Amino acid sequence: MVQFTNIHLDASFAALADVTRRGVLERLGRADASITDLAEKFDMTLTGMKKHVGVLEQAGLVITQKVGRVRTCKLGPRRLQEVTDWLEKYRQLWEARFDELDAVVEELKQKERKASR
Amino acid sequence: MKTETTTKQTSERELVTTRTINGPARLVFEAWTKPELFQRWWAPKSMGMVIVSCEMDVRVGGGYRLEIRHPSAPAPMPFFGKYLEVTPNARLVWTNDESASGPITTVTFEEIAGKTRVVLHDLFPSKEAFEESRGAEAGLPEQFDQLDELLAT
Repeated sequence: MVQFTNIHLDASFAALADVTRRGVLERLGRADASITDLAEKFDMTLTGMKKHVGVLEQAGLVITQKVGRVRTCKLGPRRLQEVTDWLEKYRQLWEARFDELDAVVEELKQKERKASR
Repeated sequence: MKTETTTKQTSERELVTTRTINGPARLVFEAWTKPELFQRWWAPKSMGMVIVSCEMDVRVGGGYRLEIRHPSAPAPMPFFGKYLEVTPNARLVWTNDESASGPITTVTFEEIAGKTRVVLHDLFPSKEAFEESRGAEAGLPEQFDQLDELLAT
């Protein structure tokens, strides 16, 4: 089940496999930009650019924020270092699992308490 | 309150992950071995995972099979293996047979003052198998380096 971690990395690799998306990251590395700006710079339709940004967003490489009618994109919190850090991904998967396990065990404890009353 | 989850690489083919769960070992064991409970935590929603099927026959020599869906994979991914050791409330050992490089996983539950220290070992068949499991990292595409350069400027 260790292989699971790689699914997340795959999402990042898929995001980076496209020349436009790499271009978008490079541009956002210099300054935040709206989707309209990006569409113009890369000579694309708004819909096409939205799709690319969506893929980058899902991989955690870009975050977007809507202010008024403008959606601004900037580099996500996920640094490349982190993307490539398999061990940290693995630890995060287990952390997320254990958080949920804690919740399940808590519920079992409550049930026992009720039952013993 | 939740405690820290740590992962360490303890040898060239072994990983050890630890966490303390706020409850007695018998409940942690129960949540680990009853399919209806196991399904609720094994594929965390926060990771975008959904369990689509789960069969577990928790006894020595018994098998398990899970199918898990993730947005980045076109079809649900199967995970399967068998239990090598089952010691109630204390220890479970299972294989990960979906990949030839899959580890043998040992988890132990140690109860201390109503809480349970969970220690999880993943022992890979070889150093090479371990590296293969980390394959995505080893096989970094060239464009990654280029991107790194771009972002550094």
